[in-house]
Amino acid sequence: MAVAANQLDAVFGALSDPTRRAILARLRRGEATVAELAAPFRVSQPAISRHLKVLEHAGLISRTRRATARLSHLRAEPLREATVWLAGYRAFWEESFERLDELLVSLQEQGEEQDEERGRTHPRGRRRPKGRRAP
Amino acid sequence: MTEMQITAAPGVPQVLTSRTFDAPRELVYRAFTEPDLIVQWLGPRRYTMTIDRFDLRDGGTWRYVHADDAGNEFGFHGVFHGEASLDGIVQTFEFEGAPGHVSMDTVTFEQADGTTTVRTNSVFQSVEARDAMVDAGMASGMNEGYERLEDLLTKLVANA
Repeated sequence: MAVAANQLDAVFGALSDPTRRAILARLRRGEATVAELAAPFRVSQPAISRHLKVLEHAGLISRTRRATARLSHLRAEPLREATVWLAGYRAFWEESFERLDELLVSLQEQGEEQDEERGRTHPRGRRRPKGRRAP
Repeated sequence: MTEMQITAAPGVPQVLTSRTFDAPRELVYRAFTEPDLIVQWLGPRRYTMTIDRFDLRDGGTWRYVHADDAGNEFGFHGVFHGEASLDGIVQTFEFEGAPGHVSMDTVTFEQADGTTTVRTNSVFQSVEARDAMVDAGMASGMNEGYERLEDLLTKLVANA
């Protein structure tokens, strides 16, 4: 993975705040000034500027000047790296756990008669006589 | 059913997950400790899982391989520590593609109202090792990860 571990830390730290995520969402539509970014929030422009510093440090935005205004731009690549990094791990376990859900359902069908009470319907479910399953 | 939670905090060499299953914990425990059940769920569907060893006792070793249709194989092995029980399982975990990067994994099973919450706690040797492990050890999940990238990006960014 091209991205350094400490940058990943910075990216995840930056993404942990809802205001910063909202700023990123706004910047997906194009560059914006601090005043434009502050407008939808009940926070001051200096507070927005602090958020922008965090995002800039994480490499998620870049900033340029036009006359007296500082413009912020979204930089998608670090976000992509960070998301892919966890997405692989998440995908592995989510798919595994979905399979485990299915296995647990079929194990319960085989074993006990509680399924009817739970209202589950499984066409292939085989019901065994009462008593413990053979080991 | 709750969505799986993953926590990989900045600067801490640890990954935490939790997930709730609609089954009693005795059954969930069996699914985690009986090889013929484990191969039915652990890993993406397109991989065939083979368990070489699974000696579930203090100091016992385990090894399994995920193989895809193209003949790629991903091997993993480790050692069990302490007596496994419904309270939890402690084991080391090493992806054979990244030798020497060993994590210590603890799995616990909490029962409530007929459901079981499985929590995993993986502790790595360093933050760098954690990041390498998540990259390399979970390589088999990467394709699915890419497919879902756009969803996740949208969620992360637009969810504000």
